[in-house]
This record gives sequence, structure tokens and C-alpha cells, in this order.
Amino acid sequence: MLSVWLPIKTIWWREIIRFVRQRSRLLSAFAQPLIFWILIGSGLSASFKPPSTSFENSSYEQAYTEYFYPGIVVLVLLFTAIFATISVVNERREGFLQNVLVAPVPRWSIVLGQTLGGITLALLQGVLLLGIAPLIGIKVGLISLLTTCGVMILIAFGLTNLGLLIAWRMDSTQGFHAIMNLILIPIWLLSGAFFPLAGVPNWLAWVMKLNPVTYGLAAFRHSLYLDAHITFDELPTMTISIIVCSVFSLLTYTGAVFTASTQQI
Amino acid sequence: MNKRIVVERLTHNYDTRCALDNINFNVASGEVFCLLGPNGSGKTTLFKILSTCISPTSGNVKILGFDLSTEKRAIRKVIGVVFQNPGLDTKLTVNENLRHQGHLYGLNGQKLNNRILELLDRFEIADRKNDIVETLSGGLKRRVDLAKALLHKPNVLILDEPSTGLDIGVRNQLSQHLKELATQENIPILLTTHLLDEAEGCNRVGILDKGRLVAIGTPNQLKSEISGDVVIIESEACETLRNAIQDRYHVQVDVADNNLRIETANAHEFVREVVTAYPTMIKAARFGKPTLADVFIKMTGKTFD
Repeated sequence: MLSVWLPIKTIWWREIIRFVRQRSRLLSAFAQPLIFWILIGSGLSASFKPPSTSFENSSYEQAYTEYFYPGIVVLVLLFTAIFATISVVNERREGFLQNVLVAPVPRWSIVLGQTLGGITLALLQGVLLLGIAPLIGIKVGLISLLTTCGVMILIAFGLTNLGLLIAWRMDSTQGFHAIMNLILIPIWLLSGAFFPLAGVPNWLAWVMKLNPVTYGLAAFRHSLYLDAHITFDELPTMTISIIVCSVFSLLTYTGAVFTASTQQI
Repeated sequence: MNKRIVVERLTHNYDTRCALDNINFNVASGEVFCLLGPNGSGKTTLFKILSTCISPTSGNVKILGFDLSTEKRAIRKVIGVVFQNPGLDTKLTVNENLRHQGHLYGLNGQKLNNRILELLDRFEIADRKNDIVETLSGGLKRRVDLAKALLHKPNVLILDEPSTGLDIGVRNQLSQHLKELATQENIPILLTTHLLDEAEGCNRVGILDKGRLVAIGTPNQLKSEISGDVVIIESEACETLRNAIQDRYHVQVDVADNNLRIETANAHEFVREVVTAYPTMIKAARFGKPTLADVFIKMTGKTFD
């Protein structure tokens, strides 16, 4: 068993060390979403129509900054996943990863090590961001905190593997950036992070319903307000959200392992 | 001969382009074998196949008796690989890079620490142990890279253009090191290069051109295929001069890149006569003992660039 876990652990550990030594990554993965939140949150507050939420059978109105906040947490998770996986593009062709690939280590464990690295970094930043929740009036108790962390791990697992699935195929970082703008940012925009499902045209509602990140965000909203006893009637239920997230994580992981195993160096 | 790397009828195509065409050679324990060839000759493709990065289109490769097509995992355990670009994480320290590598090969704890110290000493980098790799010079990075490849005590060492980016002094050191390593550890070492002087320092050389192995042997064996000395004459009227010399002296004259090339026993006499006979047609003339460059010209009909 040791022979399998040791490589996973060492690959995970490298992701953490690299992050710590590259301060700019913290800035781009954390500060950028935060600035989005402050600017866009303040700008759209006046024109925002909140979705229906209820608190002990009466309605509860969210301000836009509060509505947008879970979306920003998921954006931090997405950015962390992207930055954690982009190095694969460069290192696979020339550099560090080549040596890892000719070592007697199965590809699934390389991918798992990278995923765990991405999850750890995402979780750390996510928890840091949760510190803001009380400031905008969200009560986060212990149960909320633990459930939220679990959900963040699940979301980060899926997103990191989605990033890896793409990065293992890419020959250049430019290509990765193109995919990022074309796929990754839109799936975040259309997850209910930016605007609610209610009131959007029918075709867009379908796109949003088919988007797995929608369910990640729904699970996050449910868990964030667990202690405050606020429910979201229009969102997919917690159970469905968790199931969709788990299936998505499993599929992306399998896809990433398959890609890593079949790509030539 | 104790053959540890055996390559038979190896062919590799990229889509329709043939990168390697029916390659046959083997490498024994204790020898440094060099694949010499210009850019695009197929040496990196051959390296990638031997280091298990890509699977060949056809042919057999055996490393320590393991079949490359069916026993990749077993081969990965016993080979040490050095890529053209140092495979180091520049954000990690020397020690961290080595530890990471050790873990990939299942080494851990005190055993790994001892092995790291041993290699740091051997490559004289113990004092840079805690330095971040991006602060090291190219030569030092290459040494760390080598230490990394040797960490798990591989039974075969494979290197792709290990002297890339190194100046001549460091290159010679590296050459010396590899030779010592091959004899001390009694392992076969295979390296690729496009540098003639690096190939001269190896035990045996295989010359690659356009995916074909055109010659193979020790540097001296290869050079002895050329009789006597080699005379090179630079001229702007190559064709005319060639015909004139061929008619007059009945020797074989090759033309490559505005140079005439003649193999002859009495080079100094020959040069004096030719220069006296055709003073206006000759820009420069020189002669010397044959080098691997001459062997390459003889085998392929073109200069080595």
C-alpha cells in the first residue's frame, strides 16, 4: 500500500509548496474574485430582483451582494482549480512532469495527487472566504461550516479534474486560456452564481439546468444557510445537488485518468 | 558481449512521416553508447521510445530482458532518464526535488536521506542542497538532474542531449562523469547528442541520419574506415576543380557545401601539389586526421550540421 500512497502524497505536497512559493497565485485566485464581488455586487444591487427564499414560512429578501457571495466562493474554487492544473500543460512536454511520467507510478495516482493538491488549496481559500459571511449578515454555525466544507471539497474535486482533463490534452497554455474563457468561465456564469434561474428565457434555463456547477452552487447555498434555517425553494434540493456533484466528480476524474493514461509525452 | 539494451528492426512513423527506419543496435553493461545525429535525424524519437514515453510503430526493444511493448512498468523501475530540459521543479529546493523523486520510486525515510546525501556528495552539490532550483546555473541544474535520475540506483541510464546549454568545460566534466559511472556501477549508458566532440568521448557511437542508423562502432573504428588523411579544399569553382583533380590524380573527390574533400595517404604532398597547380581556384586548403564529421560526410554525402 505504501508504494501507492507515497507518490500520491508527494505529488499532493508539491502542489502545496508551489502555491506557497508563488504569491501571485494567491492574488489571482483570491483577490480577483473578491474585487469582482465588491464592484459587480455594488453595481447591480439596485437593479437586482432576488429569487424566492423563505425563512420560517415567511419570505426573506437577499441583497445582491449576499446573493452573489456564494457565486464568488465557487469562482475562487474554479480559479484555484485552473491555476493548479495549468502547470500540467507546460510540465508535460518539457520539464518536471516528464520525470513523473516515466517513473513506475500508475497514472491514476498521479491524477489523484494533483486533484488532492487542487482540493486542499481550494478548501483553504474557500474557508478564508467564509470569514466574510458574518460581515454580510449570514450566520455560519458549526453545522453550516462543516457541511459547507464538505460541499466545497466536492465542488473542487469536480472542477480540478475538469481542469486536469483539459490540461492533459493541451499543447500550449494559450490553448488552455482559450478553453478557460470558452468553457470554464461560462459554466460558472450560468450556474446561478451571477443571476438566478427564475425569470431567464426558457432555453437559458435549460442550459443552466444541464450545467453541473448549478448543482454545486445549489448545494453550497443550502449548506451555507443551514444554521440560519433559510431555504431556497427554486433551487434543486440538497440531495439531488449532492448526487449530481458526485457523479460529475467521478466522471471528470475517470476522464482525467483516461486522458493522462493515453496521452503520449 | 553482455547486451542490456537490445533494439531490433525498430521503426517509428509520425502519421505518414517515417522518423525511424529499421534501427538495430545494442548496448552492453559498462559502456557509454552515443547516438550522434543532426537535428531531425530521429534521435529524440529513439530516446522517447527507449524511455517509455512513446510506443514504436514496429520492432522489438528489450531492456534488461524486459520487453518494451508489454513490460513498461518493469522497465520504468530499472531505468534512469534524463530529459533534454532539466526535469526539475524550479520552485523547489535541490533537496525537495530529490525527495520528490525518491518518493515516486518508493524510497523513504533514512534510506532516502542517505542516498540523497551520497549523490549530493558525488556531484559536489551538497552545499546547494537547500537552494531553490531556479537560482542555480545551467551546469548545476544538470548535476541535480543527474543525481535525480540515479537516485533509485537504475540499472540503465538514458539521456537526451544532456549537454544542451552547457559550456565546453562543464560538458567535458559531464562526459567524464558518465564514463566513470558506467564502469563503476557497471551499467549501460545511452545518450543522444548532436555534438561531435561529445560523441568522440563515448565508447561506441551510432550515427543517425534521416531516421536511419548509417554507421556504428567505436570512434576509432569509424574513423579507420577513412584511409589516411582528409584534405579539405575550399573553392568557388568546385565542379571545375573537382574534375581537374580527378583527371590528374585519379582520386575520389567529394563535394559538400563548396568544399572538396579527398581522402589520401600523403596529404601534405598532395596539398602542396594541388595548391601549386591551381593557385587561382583555391581559397583555402587544409588537411588532418579524420574526425567523426568526416565519417558522417562519407556515410551521408553531406556535412554535419
